[in-house]
Amino acid sequence: MVLLQRPHILLLLIGTHQFLQCWIAFGSVNEEGQKQAEFSEELLLKPLPDHKLLAHFHFQSSGPPSTSNGCHHHLFPKAISQLVQKFRIKEMELSFTKGRWNYESWGGFDPLSSSNAKPPGVELWAVFDVPQHHIDASWKNLTHTLSGLFCASINFLESTATYSTPEWSFPPASGNVRYGTLPCEAVCTENLTPWLKLLPCRDKAGIALLLDRPSLYRGFYHSQQLHLTSTGSSSEGIDSGIILEQTLTVVLQPNSEMAIEVHASEKHIQPSWSLSSIFGKQVSGRCVLAKPSSVYLLLDRGLSAANGLTSENFWSNPSFELSANPDRIFLEESSSHSKSLSILYMFQVEKYCESEPFDIGLMWKVPVAWLCQQTPLHASRFLMGSGNERAAIAISLKSTQFTEGFMSANSKDGSCELRVDVFQVVPWYVKVYFHSLRVFVDQQPRAVSDIIEKIHVSPSKDKMSPGVMEVVLKLPCRVNTAALTIEFDKGFLRIDEYLPDANQGFDIPSAIISFPNFHASMVFLEDDSLNKSPLLSKFQEKCPVMSYTEVLLVPLTTPDFSMPYNVITITCTVFALYFGSVLNVLQRSVAEEERFLKAKAAKKTGRLPLLLSKLSAKLRGRRLEPLHSPPSSSSFINSKLVLKVILVAGLAVGWQYFFS
Amino acid sequence: MAETKEKSLSDEKPKPRVRPIVRLGIFLISHSFHVSVVCCTAGVLALFLLPVLAKNTYISENALMPGSASPMLSNQHVSDGNRLVKDLTNPNSKSSETGIESHKIIAQYMLDLGAEVSFHKFHPQMNQFHPLHFFSSPDSGKIQENYSCSSYGINTVGIIRAPHGDGKEAIVLVTPYNALKSGFGEALSLGIAYSVFSLLTQVTWLAKDIIWLVADSQYGEYAAVAAWLREYQTPKFSSLSTPNAEMCPDVNNLFELKGHSISGSKFSNSFRRAGTMASALVLKVRDQNEQFEDTISIYAEASNGQMPNLDLINVVNYLAVHRQGLRVNVEKLWSLLNSSWLKSLGEIFESLAKVAKSLYPKWKFGIPATEYVEGTATLASSLYYQALGVPTGPHGAFRDYQVDAITLEISPKFSLDKVWRNDILLRGGRLIEGVIRSVNNLLEKFHQSFFLYLLTSPSKFVSVGVYMIAFALLIAPLPMVAASLYVDANSSSNCSKGDSSTPSAITDTDEHSIAIRSWRWLNSAKLVFIVHLWGAIVSLLPYFISQIPDCSPTTSFMIWVLLSILSLLTLNSVLASPLACAKATQEKEWALVKSVTISSVFIGLGLMSVINFATAEIGALLMVPMCLLAQPLKLDVRAGTLRSFCRMICNLVLGHIAFPPAAFFLLKGMLDGFGNANVGDFWMWVESLWAWNSATYLFIVEVTYIFSHG
Repeated sequence: MVLLQRPHILLLLIGTHQFLQCWIAFGSVNEEGQKQAEFSEELLLKPLPDHKLLAHFHFQSSGPPSTSNGCHHHLFPKAISQLVQKFRIKEMELSFTKGRWNYESWGGFDPLSSSNAKPPGVELWAVFDVPQHHIDASWKNLTHTLSGLFCASINFLESTATYSTPEWSFPPASGNVRYGTLPCEAVCTENLTPWLKLLPCRDKAGIALLLDRPSLYRGFYHSQQLHLTSTGSSSEGIDSGIILEQTLTVVLQPNSEMAIEVHASEKHIQPSWSLSSIFGKQVSGRCVLAKPSSVYLLLDRGLSAANGLTSENFWSNPSFELSANPDRIFLEESSSHSKSLSILYMFQVEKYCESEPFDIGLMWKVPVAWLCQQTPLHASRFLMGSGNERAAIAISLKSTQFTEGFMSANSKDGSCELRVDVFQVVPWYVKVYFHSLRVFVDQQPRAVSDIIEKIHVSPSKDKMSPGVMEVVLKLPCRVNTAALTIEFDKGFLRIDEYLPDANQGFDIPSAIISFPNFHASMVFLEDDSLNKSPLLSKFQEKCPVMSYTEVLLVPLTTPDFSMPYNVITITCTVFALYFGSVLNVLQRSVAEEERFLKAKAAKKTGRLPLLLSKLSAKLRGRRLEPLHSPPSSSSFINSKLVLKVILVAGLAVGWQYFFS
Repeated sequence: MAETKEKSLSDEKPKPRVRPIVRLGIFLISHSFHVSVVCCTAGVLALFLLPVLAKNTYISENALMPGSASPMLSNQHVSDGNRLVKDLTNPNSKSSETGIESHKIIAQYMLDLGAEVSFHKFHPQMNQFHPLHFFSSPDSGKIQENYSCSSYGINTVGIIRAPHGDGKEAIVLVTPYNALKSGFGEALSLGIAYSVFSLLTQVTWLAKDIIWLVADSQYGEYAAVAAWLREYQTPKFSSLSTPNAEMCPDVNNLFELKGHSISGSKFSNSFRRAGTMASALVLKVRDQNEQFEDTISIYAEASNGQMPNLDLINVVNYLAVHRQGLRVNVEKLWSLLNSSWLKSLGEIFESLAKVAKSLYPKWKFGIPATEYVEGTATLASSLYYQALGVPTGPHGAFRDYQVDAITLEISPKFSLDKVWRNDILLRGGRLIEGVIRSVNNLLEKFHQSFFLYLLTSPSKFVSVGVYMIAFALLIAPLPMVAASLYVDANSSSNCSKGDSSTPSAITDTDEHSIAIRSWRWLNSAKLVFIVHLWGAIVSLLPYFISQIPDCSPTTSFMIWVLLSILSLLTLNSVLASPLACAKATQEKEWALVKSVTISSVFIGLGLMSVINFATAEIGALLMVPMCLLAQPLKLDVRAGTLRSFCRMICNLVLGHIAFPPAAFFLLKGMLDGFGNANVGDFWMWVESLWAWNSATYLFIVEVTYIFSHG
């Protein structure tokens, strides 16, 4: 039997080998004709000014058009392609975020922060390629599917009161967009694991090996995104398939114990780090399926300027030391408005293997301080007022001096204006009065029509749809501060509409502040190999600068949740009393009662009641009225009973007291 | 006599049975005198029983979990705090006249920790006496035009952002600090706060942002905190007319902080915010103390008798007693501690409880007499401060914005060595850390435990369900007496009419007269209304008087008295003249007036008990006997019996005692001795009160006066 089996195994081996060879050959053949499923893994590291480190993982897989190979995929995750096909998604972005992006110290102008700084919780938007009246149905199904796929409560976005339809202010401007956020969604490993499952190598090989859960979630900011773009529509001619971008952005604190130990003069030196010290792991080779598999180290403009790095001397930098030699160094294409340039060091993971794992470290030699490039205006949002009745939302924009160069560059054509788009969604129980919108520029109240160029408002409907406000502000370039305030009433909810932790308060999702005049892009000097890197080509795209404001917590009036019980008991009591008296009236026969009373009065000749009545009459003196006779007669009986009870109780007490 | 009654009963056609509830009502009304005596006594007795009935506090919210984590504050942080204390008490830092140097030092320390720092400049805004603003929410305040550069305060604010949090909520830690004449205690409180702050920059469990506010207390602690809160909650975006503080040269110096170029973006001169405030702690260290133990005092009463959630006090108490070994006390009326009658009352209760316990071992409601006396003293001060409605510390400013806050005052046993200072820093710091950690654990805001309570000791409280009984007993006789008076007044006039006219003549004319008579109470209601109106005018007067510039308290008090008498005369002549002649004709009208007054007082007290229990309770204690005893003096004099004489004396005494100035002087005399009482004091006191507080007293007093003299 054993002998017999062997040839089978051999045959099987040969067969699979041949099949593999065939498959590879097929792939190479196919590359010339049509697009082939591709996968790339990249990691970008960027030191941040406040002693932290940003790590940005970027995985991109592109699926071939569905027509070319049916519903079978080699690399592309099947779940996603089915999703796209079923709901006809043109574009979709889902992000899970924990922590806040610190716009002030981590910057907001570069493409990295502009597209990866997300509001806390879950944010989902999608563009559908279906007729208008089908969009809502598709959205509902999509939320449920994603909720199952990512172990998150995205299905709460199903109800019409939670998502909105931005008209034009939302960047992928088109009518078919749906946008929803869940600010209080907690993000953890259970959301990361399904996300990793979409990668062909999971986290078993390649750069994803670095995704060590404890060190990831120890970070200050954690944002995991899934971006889908598909042109796979039958209505249009060109069919390029689906592109799935999975990015994970974390901000970590490198262990800075060494830095603390050194004496005060070197206190401000940036902490040195290496991949193994941050993640506790090293990269042992690439994921075999990944085409470009590379690690980048980005020194942004401010840092390279602080280092004195220019396009001439960036090879010999004195302030820091890299533990591995970069394979390539890219310089940013010099632009008109800034002298300093970002520098990108590239490391190819392909060269490393199990025995010689890839690890990159950075050692700072001298203290360096720099500032990241910030958004033209720093936006912050807060609540005003107190009490349970009314309050106001204020969005304050503050100039960050940083971008004055840009402004002056933009203002060449006489009238200089800074365009700011504000997109704000409020839940229905926050009843915004749109007429109370007020604008202050440089601490002066201004007429709304002077500053607001365009406004679109869709008022909220109770329990039906949230309120949406889209505003385009035209601010003068030299603006220092600007503020928008809008008042609202705090609504009352029914008891079953409160969330589980109702006493915490209710969230108002982040507002999106975007600056359409400013584009965050980083164009690196032209190189043919660059085109192959999806990460860098994404950097080159011109996307408007965007920033999210804080999530707000509105304390609403909450009922005492034991109230239903109280209400039930009170209602029952009232009902019992009511029915009791009704029955009493219905059953009563007056003539019968009179006869009964007469008989009773005739019968009453007891001695003790007589005595007691004498006594009470004396006690009360002359103020005896016939009106009081019925109660007094009843009270005699009562007092007799009471007397007896008191006597017995007194006896018992005395007995107890003397015999214990 | 009884037999005849029986006969008449049997002869009469038996009446249909009246409903028991109606019978009970009639019974109570007909016995209103006995009932009111019993009820009032029971009410007062129940008030004195409250310390006995107090329950032990317990932590109601499970999420708080105080003391479940071991404190992380180490000697490293304590030495950090010590460094700050040394730098602040260093004479070099006080060289600057405006005290800006020490603010810079504090800001520099905060920056070194990696916190976001900003200065908040404010002009002190005195709490204006405005009777009409009682129910309105705190607004952003009036802008006064004549600010000068010399009078501004600087709050230093440091914010730690929670590393994993979403920044929706924040916990506030306040340390009042007067840079000009700071005692060692203030520096020490800053040291404690700083050591906690330096710990909190490193911890990973933080879910809420931490705001450390160093409130500049040179214009009062409350003003500084209130100014910061006003800016936080209701900022003004437009500053058209006010000269900005930025124009002053001194303030600009403030921003030249050295060494912040490294973490430069952390410092900004704009106002910084964190999320919704979850709770606030005000930390103070008293300078000198003669006690033998490290104690910590909790002040909780905010404006208008509002209290923070009991859980907050519980957490502090639990951590201080069981973790840090500090003695906790809440404020007491010290004069009550030595009173012998209270002691004997306590002994009576104690012996009663002993008897009860010997009868049935499970009845354990007794407390030792000393404990009873202390509990009563605490309860009295709790009632007094709640009734007064003036916050007992800077925490009161937070309560105006629905933020739970308390003031902790640490009074260490005094010695100067370094070990002791480290010990206080460590224990105080660990206490604050524990409280912050507990609050940080909270998912929801404080809502589980009581908001309406009275403390009898740091670990004992009387909840609303218990203390309302005493109040209800006290005011229960009012409606009964009112009803009986009304019935009496109606029936007596009925009798007099019935005597004059023959029974046969009583037909439809009688119906008509009954209809007229049943509306007669409107007359007396009118009188009562006029008196109330006068009371309201008198209580509004101080606001207008306070607008008069350059007035000493004594003169303004005199103006007040004169104006109120004037207004009384005017009202009397204009409105009440037809009423006066009517009164002359109808001598018995007073009973109706009294009944209307009593019912209005009852309604007023009932409403007040919902708004501010303590005021209502004290008001009821004064007004209920007064209302019940009120009787025209003329009648009493005419009667000439001993009983009516006693009643007259009681009326006069009560009427004078309950008149607010008299009451104030009596209290002050009892507490401080009569020597230093001054009319001006009363003005100041009134100015510190809310308007209605005195109004309630005034009107009832005047009603009684009218009775007495009319």
